[in-house]
Amino acid sequence: MSRKQRRLSLIVFVGIVLASATGLVLVALQDSIVFFNSPSDILARPPAPDQRLRLGGLVVEGSIERLPGEIVRFTVSDGANTRQVSYVGVLPDLFREGQGVITEGRLQPDGTFKADTVLAKHDETYMPREVAEALKRQGVWQGDKSKPLPVSPGKPGS
Amino acid sequence: MIAEIGHFALVLALAVGILQSALPLWGVRRTDHTLMRLAPALAGVMFVVMGIAFACLLTVHALSDFSTQNVFRNSHSTMPLVFRLSAAWGNHEGSMVLWTFTLALFAALLSAFSNRLPVDLKAATLAVQGLIATTFLLFILLTSNPFLRLDPAPAEGRELNPVLQDIGLALHPPLLYVGYVGFSLAYSFAVAALVTGRIDAGWARAVRPWVLIAWIFLTLGIALGSYWAYYELGWGGWWFWDPVENASLMPWLAGTALFHSIIVMEKRNAMRVWTLLLAILAFSLSLMGTFLVRSGILTSVHAFAVDPARGIVILVILSLFIGGALALYAWRAGELGPGGLFSPLSREAALLLNNLLLATATATVFVGTLYPLALEAFSDDKISVGPPYFNLTFGALMVPLALCMPFGPMLAWKRGDLLAAAERLLAAAGLALVAAAIGAWLTQGGPLLALAGFALGTFVIAGAVSDIILRARLLTSSPRTALSRLAGLPRQAFGTLLGHAGIGVFLIGVVSASTFESETIRTLRVGETMSVGAYELRLVASGPRSGANYQDVVAGFDVRRDGISLGHVESAKRVYLASRVPTTETGQLRIGFGQLYVALGEVGKDGKVGVRAYWKPNILLIWFGLVMAAAGGVCSLSDRRLRIGAPAVARRAVAPTVTAQ
Repeated sequence: MSRKQRRLSLIVFVGIVLASATGLVLVALQDSIVFFNSPSDILARPPAPDQRLRLGGLVVEGSIERLPGEIVRFTVSDGANTRQVSYVGVLPDLFREGQGVITEGRLQPDGTFKADTVLAKHDETYMPREVAEALKRQGVWQGDKSKPLPVSPGKPGS
Repeated sequence: MIAEIGHFALVLALAVGILQSALPLWGVRRTDHTLMRLAPALAGVMFVVMGIAFACLLTVHALSDFSTQNVFRNSHSTMPLVFRLSAAWGNHEGSMVLWTFTLALFAALLSAFSNRLPVDLKAATLAVQGLIATTFLLFILLTSNPFLRLDPAPAEGRELNPVLQDIGLALHPPLLYVGYVGFSLAYSFAVAALVTGRIDAGWARAVRPWVLIAWIFLTLGIALGSYWAYYELGWGGWWFWDPVENASLMPWLAGTALFHSIIVMEKRNAMRVWTLLLAILAFSLSLMGTFLVRSGILTSVHAFAVDPARGIVILVILSLFIGGALALYAWRAGELGPGGLFSPLSREAALLLNNLLLATATATVFVGTLYPLALEAFSDDKISVGPPYFNLTFGALMVPLALCMPFGPMLAWKRGDLLAAAERLLAAAGLALVAAAIGAWLTQGGPLLALAGFALGTFVIAGAVSDIILRARLLTSSPRTALSRLAGLPRQAFGTLLGHAGIGVFLIGVVSASTFESETIRTLRVGETMSVGAYELRLVASGPRSGANYQDVVAGFDVRRDGISLGHVESAKRVYLASRVPTTETGQLRIGFGQLYVALGEVGKDGKVGVRAYWKPNILLIWFGLVMAAAGGVCSLSDRRLRIGAPAVARRAVAPTVTAQ
């Protein structure tokens, strides 16, 4: 083979690999991306049944219920609307009432949200970006209140 | 006082950096040897000055000097010394100083250890290093100075993020940074080659050790980060396809491709233009990794700086370095001329395939990581691209790569014989089938995909081993000659063996841990038992325990299988006293290469403990395989050819004498 032919066959081969990779990427992006929704988003644009999605907001105070079989139920709110979430398993360390949370799962026919993943990040002042924006849109965002700096001469015994 | 010395050292380093980037380049332009010889000296001075700055940063952290804002924000006097030190780089400002210090270290090492390099190539390379250092120092001094003071000084600091208070994460950033920054030398060499027109086998030989060093550290850094995520985050996963993880994976993939293509360039003087591009891309992706993690664009544990202004400055730096190098490449690469010829079935072609697959894999990870950001920038939709995307695209590319991996070393340079290579791999293929059969028997007919995974992993390992056996003709000659032949093989051959076999071991670990793990979630009282997989866990005790700066609730379990006691495992819920942040301290009991993994959930007031337990078969093989691969890198690095007798780079005209056709 001459240099030209070699180059041509190389280009064809590289083209085939790249084209199939591009095809794979497109198929995968179609099937496996997950949209973030606030409870109001779900009401405004109901998702297709069986579509995976992320639901985020604040965990409503006093809404956490523990049922037998390690089931946890709680309500997520964006200030305007709420949605009940059920989850089986151990909750993350920073999951608590009044804090921001992102859950991932599917909407059930009865209108509740069944989550298989609950994310609450490892920082107490941390508010998931998506949740903060959803709250801003509902006009209930409190602003970037930073906590007073815990400067103290040290607590006794600590 | 110490903080001021550090601050002054940074300013001084900036001045040195400007000299280091300007003078040698001017010397190259005027072919002035005096100016060019200044480069190593200036790189040495830069290293000393940056060393002082970094030492000052460590000192203020070690002494808990809370009048320094950086210490106040990230440290607490009750933290043990090792975490007071690691707090120095566990934040944005400090990590930038570590980054620049590592950059200066690599430049100094290059000046000290490559006397054989042509003086203009060396000068230009060090000048580019100086340019990078100057930019980063400007960035530090203008937007992220770690030596700023607080007045009045607080009496106590806020704490280092508790999840970072762990020996794994104390060491993870330095390892990763040595990896990232190591690729800066490849980049500087590439730019210098484009400037001076010196690009040949000698160049490849000079760059290769640095790429290998960077790759070894990056591999270890990623492995450590993954192991940390596994035991500290409490979810039992070892890779989440989190953007921050992807940010370190991309330079690793590009770096892996790079040190393979450099072999071709060194041996056969082919793939030169492509290798230059890879060198530029590997460092560009490292810069992007730094940018993604530090800018706060991706909100996660790693984003210490939630400060978009900084992000924009880093974006400018990024486009300058990536865009500048690519523009230079577009301008000059065409003048480099054609490289060596090779047949489509040859070692070169196999390495080309390796590069093609690795580069494509890098691109798919790139798309998956940045697509959500791009979509959010141009529309209102917020999406996340999760593991299914990466498993499908990245996985699909890794399978052919692993399949072809054993063939590469079996093919001859220039013109290989695929049939002969396949014949030599028959034994390995047989072993792979046996492994799949054993897997099927052990797991009582497990999923077909998992069995194929076992077979593939075994094929990669056995293929790597057969290469050594055949090269030393171990089976066909007397033990003595076989052994002496084995000892006579270049170290690089053993590097390939360890590297490739490590990937095979890693594969087997991934397949077993992800397919055959079992998980149980229960609420237990003391004395109650739960079973996970074939194992039985009995909660024997639970109660509080205090540590240096935290308070634990510890639960202890006895582990049994078929009534036989296997040991004891403890897991805890931890609350850090200064920040009141809770963390999960998981417990693991090693059984063979597998681990019994226990994380605690809620600890109720009634003495009930929520327990999440996993049996993860062969999970340790994942990190063991990566460490093996890194050891392969070390082995290759110690090859004699890389250390001595490296011929000087021949001067080559930019306009090639050989024209195409």
